[in-house]
Amino acid sequence: MTNYPIAKIRADFPILKQKIRNKDLIYLDNAASCQKPIQVIDCIGNFYKQDYANIHRGVHTLSQRATDKYEQARHTVQEFINAKSAKEIVFVRGATEAINLIAQTFGKANIAAGDEILITAMEHHSNIVPWQMLCAETGAILKVAPINQQGELIYAQFEELISAKTKLVSVVHMSNALGSINPVKQIIAAAHAKNIPVLLDGAQAIPHMSIDVQALDCDFYVFSGHKLYAPSGIGVLYGKQELLEQMPAYQGGGDMIRTVSFETSTYAGLPYKFEAGTPNIVDTVALGAAIDYLTSIGMETIAAYEHELLLYATEKAQQINGLNIIGTAKEKGAILSFTLDNIHPHDIGTMLDSVGIAIRAGHHCAMPVMDFFDVPATARASFAMYNTKAEVDVLIEAIQELINVFG
Amino acid sequence: MFEDLRDLYQEVIFDHNRNPRNFRVIENADRKVEGFNPLCGDRLTLFLTLDHDVITDASFQGSGCAISTASVSLMTGIIQGKTIAEAEKLFTTFHDMTTGKEEEIQLEAVGKLAVLAGVREFPARVKCATLAWHTLDAALNNSGNSISTE
Repeated sequence: MTNYPIAKIRADFPILKQKIRNKDLIYLDNAASCQKPIQVIDCIGNFYKQDYANIHRGVHTLSQRATDKYEQARHTVQEFINAKSAKEIVFVRGATEAINLIAQTFGKANIAAGDEILITAMEHHSNIVPWQMLCAETGAILKVAPINQQGELIYAQFEELISAKTKLVSVVHMSNALGSINPVKQIIAAAHAKNIPVLLDGAQAIPHMSIDVQALDCDFYVFSGHKLYAPSGIGVLYGKQELLEQMPAYQGGGDMIRTVSFETSTYAGLPYKFEAGTPNIVDTVALGAAIDYLTSIGMETIAAYEHELLLYATEKAQQINGLNIIGTAKEKGAILSFTLDNIHPHDIGTMLDSVGIAIRAGHHCAMPVMDFFDVPATARASFAMYNTKAEVDVLIEAIQELINVFG
Repeated sequence: MFEDLRDLYQEVIFDHNRNPRNFRVIENADRKVEGFNPLCGDRLTLFLTLDHDVITDASFQGSGCAISTASVSLMTGIIQGKTIAEAEKLFTTFHDMTTGKEEEIQLEAVGKLAVLAGVREFPARVKCATLAWHTLDAALNNSGNSISTE
């Protein structure tokens, strides 16, 4: 892509300008967490220097200013994912907390013994364990739709698993271990045909594609800020307003109440009902700054650039003897998960680190995916908006060299 | 390209990784314990034969990274013929060496195991080297039939 402002983008990420073990840092662990542009870093510093105070109840100027910025971030998120109303944007710690919130509120209110929750075999632990906990509490049953050898959902079997007992479908939009992108529109249409709500885990998808929750018609969409160039500790739960209104409150405390007496309390309206206590004010504002940064470049532009990078890396990787790509879905985001014959992913990770390349080696919080492919772990290079083909070339050369060293 | 790693990946480690020693099952072993490192998915099963308090045979099965494979391969060799007390003492010495608690490498005590001293510079890899030994410790103390490094 000739028009992509790669030089400007790279200049915006100060952390990239350093040497690791005397080599230029090549950061390819973006699926775990990505780096932050100066616009986000400065936003945090400036907010603490100029605008910080607790939000919502103060009558003083700083409190008003902080409240305005915090609520502005909510509107920024709303526009970014095209939600109908800012009331549908609930701030949480991350995608994990969002899923747990849904399990503990929507789940407890709507899912009972014998009911079913349907997920897929490519879920992150965060979209497995909260449901197992709910099942243990309620006697509900967790159903798992299988994947094929390419790491794609076997859609026909998924559809067969939707039953009269299914009370929620919860699927990952894009797999963190494989890169597979699920046919979410088809999934949502099939579930809605039987009046079943759908939760999409968008933690991986959100930095790589343009998301329109109204076009998707999903009932819940969750993601974390730290994978979207924003700080860790802030995330978003989107839910359709009518669903959020019906759901019981999550945690009790300040900010989520309308009135409190020792006899009873009444709860605040949306979205505050789900935001008990002083929230992560600064990081929420910084999430808004990250989204502003992304929209200034354009999600479609970023998606096209990353797709080209993935195709380039995939083609190069396929030429290496003894390299096996894990996850070869037709619809795939910028993740290259792989194994090398007779070389453990941890050795790959240490070796690449010694030449400045940061990748991830492990089970990627998706142990069932590792079991399915019969590997203890994989090495994973995951790309972001600031990576380049030149970096891919260095990665490929290093992989080739470490194969030679291991012999 | 990987000059910085010469201390960690010594030729002996590559050799044991390619051709692990004592990689077999001991039928009717006196002790059989599974060691698991959930961080990286490494899994090994350790087999021991004991004659009173002497380890007369040791072997393993399982798969792991080069560091953990070399470590268990070396360990199963070095503990054969040692008493339980001697093996436990060696575990402590080895542990202190790999975690950097003991700066000087006690060459006389650790012998060939010195090739694993390099992990002290790589905190994320220390558990790879010590998994075998934690598993041995559990086997010698008869404390259950599986252990985890986490």
